[in-house]
Amino acid sequence: MAIVFKRLALALLTVVVVALVTFIVIQNVPGDPLYEWAMDMVQTSGLDFETAYKIAAQMYGYNPHEPLLHRLSTYVKRLLRGELGYSMIYRTSVNRIIAKALPWTVFVVSISLLLSFSLGVMLGTVIAWKRRSLLDPLVTGYASFTAATPDYVTAMLLLLFFAINLRWFPSKGAYDIGIKPGFNLTFIGNVLHHAALPILSYTLEALGGWALAMKGSAVSVLGEDYIMAAKARGLKERRIVTAYLARNSILPLITGLAISFGGMFGGSILIETIFNYPGMGWFFSQALMRKDYGMMQGLFLLTITATILANFLADILYAKLDPRVRLER
Amino acid sequence: MRTFLQNRRAVAGAVILMLYLLMATIGPILVPLGGQAPEEAFQPPSWKHPLGTDYLGRDVLAQIVHGSRDVLFVAFLAAIFAIAIAISVGILAGFKGGVVDQALMTLVNMMLTIPHLPVMMILAAVFRVRDPFSFASILALWMWAGLARAVRSQVLSLRERDFIEAAKLLKLGSFHIIFKEILPNIVPYVAINFVSMMRGAIVSSVAIMFLGLAPFSATNWGMMLNMATIQTGAIYIPQALPYVLSPLLAIMLLQLGGYFFASGLEEIFNPRLRAHE
Repeated sequence: MAIVFKRLALALLTVVVVALVTFIVIQNVPGDPLYEWAMDMVQTSGLDFETAYKIAAQMYGYNPHEPLLHRLSTYVKRLLRGELGYSMIYRTSVNRIIAKALPWTVFVVSISLLLSFSLGVMLGTVIAWKRRSLLDPLVTGYASFTAATPDYVTAMLLLLFFAINLRWFPSKGAYDIGIKPGFNLTFIGNVLHHAALPILSYTLEALGGWALAMKGSAVSVLGEDYIMAAKARGLKERRIVTAYLARNSILPLITGLAISFGGMFGGSILIETIFNYPGMGWFFSQALMRKDYGMMQGLFLLTITATILANFLADILYAKLDPRVRLER
Repeated sequence: MRTFLQNRRAVAGAVILMLYLLMATIGPILVPLGGQAPEEAFQPPSWKHPLGTDYLGRDVLAQIVHGSRDVLFVAFLAAIFAIAIAISVGILAGFKGGVVDQALMTLVNMMLTIPHLPVMMILAAVFRVRDPFSFASILALWMWAGLARAVRSQVLSLRERDFIEAAKLLKLGSFHIIFKEILPNIVPYVAINFVSMMRGAIVSSVAIMFLGLAPFSATNWGMMLNMATIQTGAIYIPQALPYVLSPLLAIMLLQLGGYFFASGLEEIFNPRLRAHE
């Protein structure tokens, strides 16, 4: 139990350090982020500059002319209230943007993860069990091909051929503007149509890796005595493969599952930008390209926290699932 | 050497990497960049323009060739920087042990759980990267942690070996032990990692340039993708296909070459993997 607390402490420490470092880095951005905003307000609402600047500082969360420690305490207070910051370009709170964007990313990422993981595990088990089949070199070759191809290259190729050239899939948005969101077939169909290519890029990219990892794990399980015993007892092939081989080989992959969930958030920056898919990654790249530091900071903090917690949970889960594993250090 | 030539993957990878190296070193001399010719925009491949032209009528092949120099140079620098950090941290942690080791390994574990690409992107955006050196430093800062951990465990196992014990008994200083006894023993291991590091650096650096966050030259592959996708929207024009495909295929082939070379080398130097095949 002590080890769980130690891991948790490290995870929390990482989050705090990252938040602090991001804060300090963004505080040292050249130029005054509030100036342009205040000038904008002067022109549209006829306020004098002083007042406009104060309002902007109020909404942004802190005033860049205050001392650093004061700004930090304001920032921390806001964070503790769950306020992740304010977006300059959308003139709204980062929480609102996240409420809009996060569901799309989670939707696409979890479907892709589910698809690639289950398909990969199946393929991996099959090629481990039948080592001499034609499928083995095929899957291995495919896996090295995708390991060598960056995810954004795959996404670009899919976009070029299936969305722009063949026009089978849309290249923009999460659903068509004319369609009213609701729980009906037209809407769900439209959403899936828009999500298809992003899901396909993640899945194609991750599939080979899972298959190889599963193959590696299953090959080592095949050498275990209980597989031999199961064979000797004359159990059906199907039962040996599913109940003995697959179930035991899948355990080491669970950690990878949580880690790649975090990794996909990182990958989503480019994939969502390429497909113009309005998830976390798309908004993050908007923040980066248009220098919206408030939004950058807020989205980044959430992504990092989610990833670090996912890693922590994976560690704990792995030890719980497999009693042979003891957490060390 | 014979084992190397027998390993087809390693040879294929080496050939591809050599071609890219040639392209990056003497390519720019052979293929001049050429000027703009807006009336010749989005030309299909021809003898004059083997890969067609871009939205300003500039030769795409020339941009790919000139871009390879940028991409490889940044990746090379980043890999060198990252390896330097990894070796120093790994040896320091493994050799010193105790509190130093614990602190460094906590740092390593922290860095490994943070997703790298978003961090690199933020740093590139905030510090407005304008030259290859600062760009490579930002990349390297997030690339060393895994290797440092591996180096540390190598050092830990080396420390127990007889020749280190002997050196200690002979009262040779830490300096001698580290540079004359330990370092030569981890060099081959690190060398194998060098190609993989460069591969990682290429993926990240092109991704960052794709978003236009490191605009220090206009002709590298990431900037080409940025121009085609984000700035001009040329990808939505069917005639622009050769222009958009070129940098994508350039990255893919280079990555494949690097992957084959690295995994081939690993097979050669890691007998356990060879026995497995």
